[in-house]
Amino acid sequence: MKAGQTNKDIHKLADHLFRHEAGKMVAVLTRLFGIHNLELAEDVMQEAFAKALKEWTFGIPSNPAGWLMLTAKNKAIDVIRRERYKKEFALETTALLRSEYTTSPVVEKLFMAYEIQDSQLRMIFACCHPALPPADQIALTLKTCSGFGTQEIAAALLTNSETIKKRLQRARNTITEENISFDIPIGEELKNRLNIVLQTIYLIFNEGYNSCNKEELIRKDLCEEAIRLALLLTENDYTNQSKCYSLVALMALLSSRFESRMDENGEIILLEDQDRSKWNNELINIGLSYLTRSAEGGEVSTYHIEAAIVAEHSMAKNFEETNWQTISALYNHLAHFNPSPSILLNKAIVTSKLMGPQTGIAEIMAIQNIDKLMDTQYLFAAVLGHLYKQAGDRGKAIALLNKAISLTSSVSEKKLLKRKLEAL
Amino acid sequence: MSEFLLLFRGGDGPTLQQSPEKWQAHMQKWMQWMGGLQEQGKFLGAQPLKPGGKVITGNKLAITDGPYMEGKEMVGGYLMCKADTYDEAVAISKGCPILEFEDGVVEVREIQELKMN
Repeated sequence: MKAGQTNKDIHKLADHLFRHEAGKMVAVLTRLFGIHNLELAEDVMQEAFAKALKEWTFGIPSNPAGWLMLTAKNKAIDVIRRERYKKEFALETTALLRSEYTTSPVVEKLFMAYEIQDSQLRMIFACCHPALPPADQIALTLKTCSGFGTQEIAAALLTNSETIKKRLQRARNTITEENISFDIPIGEELKNRLNIVLQTIYLIFNEGYNSCNKEELIRKDLCEEAIRLALLLTENDYTNQSKCYSLVALMALLSSRFESRMDENGEIILLEDQDRSKWNNELINIGLSYLTRSAEGGEVSTYHIEAAIVAEHSMAKNFEETNWQTISALYNHLAHFNPSPSILLNKAIVTSKLMGPQTGIAEIMAIQNIDKLMDTQYLFAAVLGHLYKQAGDRGKAIALLNKAISLTSSVSEKKLLKRKLEAL
Repeated sequence: MSEFLLLFRGGDGPTLQQSPEKWQAHMQKWMQWMGGLQEQGKFLGAQPLKPGGKVITGNKLAITDGPYMEGKEMVGGYLMCKADTYDEAVAISKGCPILEFEDGVVEVREIQELKMN
C-alpha cells in the first residue's frame, strides 16, 4: 500500500483503470451470469469500482487492476449465493452455480487470464451481432467492451446521452429477445461474423480519425480503442486471421499521422503539406510489421490493400517521392474487390498524379451516377473542383468548390475549400 | 429416466484442506465429475454439508446435537442426478472423488414416486 494518496489521485487512477479493466470485468461476469443478465454484470463491475474509490483512500494497493478483479470475483460469488435459486444464469453455469461443490471452481476458472481474454472476444462478437443495427453495435461495443460512459459515447458520436441510452437499451432488449449467444462463432459463421466485427471496429476508428469537430482527447481514445479491440482478435487462435492483422496495420499507419494532420486551429492539413517529421515512427513500425504478418495468411482483404496504400505514403520521404505507380496498382486491385464510388474517386486522384488532371477528371466522370454524387457529396465536388483548378478550368473549379462548401457541415473542411477558392 | 440421490460418507476433507494445492486439485475433480454430468443433462443438484448438526426425534420433538457418529458414517454431502437404470447410477457414482479415499462411501438411492391412490 502506498500511503498519502489524495482523493484526486485515486479518482484519476480509477478513471484510467476503468477504461482498461471495466470491459474485461463485464465480459467475465457476463460469461458467468449469462448475457441476458448483462445489466447485473455491469452493476457488479460498478460496485467493485465504488468499493475501490472508498477503500483506496486508505492506500492504493500495489496491483490495483488485480485488486479490482479479485473484488469483482468476490462480489460475483456473493451475487451467485444470493440469487442462485431466483435467477437463471448462463446455460452452461446455472446448475453448477447452484452447488457449493462447483461454484468456486467455475468462478475461479473464468477469472483466469486465458478465459478472461476468451470472454472479451465473446463480448465483442455479441456486441457486433448482425441482429443489431451498426449504430447500436458501435454504442454497445464502446459501452460494454471499452468502458465508455453514456456521455462519452454521445460526445464521440456527436449525439446526446438520451439517444445513446435508448440505443443501449434497445440493443440489450434485442440481445435478450433474439437469444443472442455468448460464443465465438466457428467455421463458416466465424468468417461472416468476423467481417462484421472488423467493420464495426473500423467504424469506431473512423469516428475518431475522420471527424474534425470533436475534442481531440475523445478522438484519440476512439482510435486507440479500435486498435486495442483489433489486437485482441489477433491474439486469439480462433480469430487471428490475416485480415485482423491487416486492420491493425491500417489503423496503426493512419494513427501515425494523428499529430500532423491538423493545425493548432483544428484545420485540416493535406497529406502533401504535412510535416512528416511529426509522423509517429513507432506506430509506422507497428503498422508495417502487422502488414508483413498479414501477408503471411494468404487471403487478401480490402484492409490489406488499404494498409499497403497507406504504407506506401508512410515510407515516402516526402510527397514528391511518393511511389504513385505502386499506389495506382494497389487502387486498381482495391477497386476490383470493391468498386465503390469513393474508392474509384481515390483511384482517379492517383491517376491524375501519374497522367495529369484531365485523365483524372475523365476517370471520375465515368463513375456511375457521378452527376448525383457531385450534387450531393462534398468530397466528389471538392476533388473535381481541385482537378479542374489544376487543369486550368477556372470557371468549373469555382463552381464545384462553392458547391462543395455548401455540401459540408464541417467548419475545417469549409475553411480548407475557401483557401483553395481564394488561391484561384 | 429416473432420479437418484447419491449420499457421500467418509473421506478426509479437513486433512486435504491443509495443503492448498492438494485441496484445489481435489476440488477440481469434483468440478470435472459434476461438470461432466451437467454436460450430459444429468446433473440436478449437489451440496456439501458441514459436520455436526441437530437431530430432532419423534412426536415429542426431542432435539439433540449430533449426529455424533464416527466421521466415516456421517453424510458429508449429496448429489441428485438423472439416470436410466440403477446400473447407470452406480456407474456415475464410481466417478465420485469421495471414492479416492479408502473409507469413502457413496450410497445410491432411487427417488420414489409417491401416488395418492
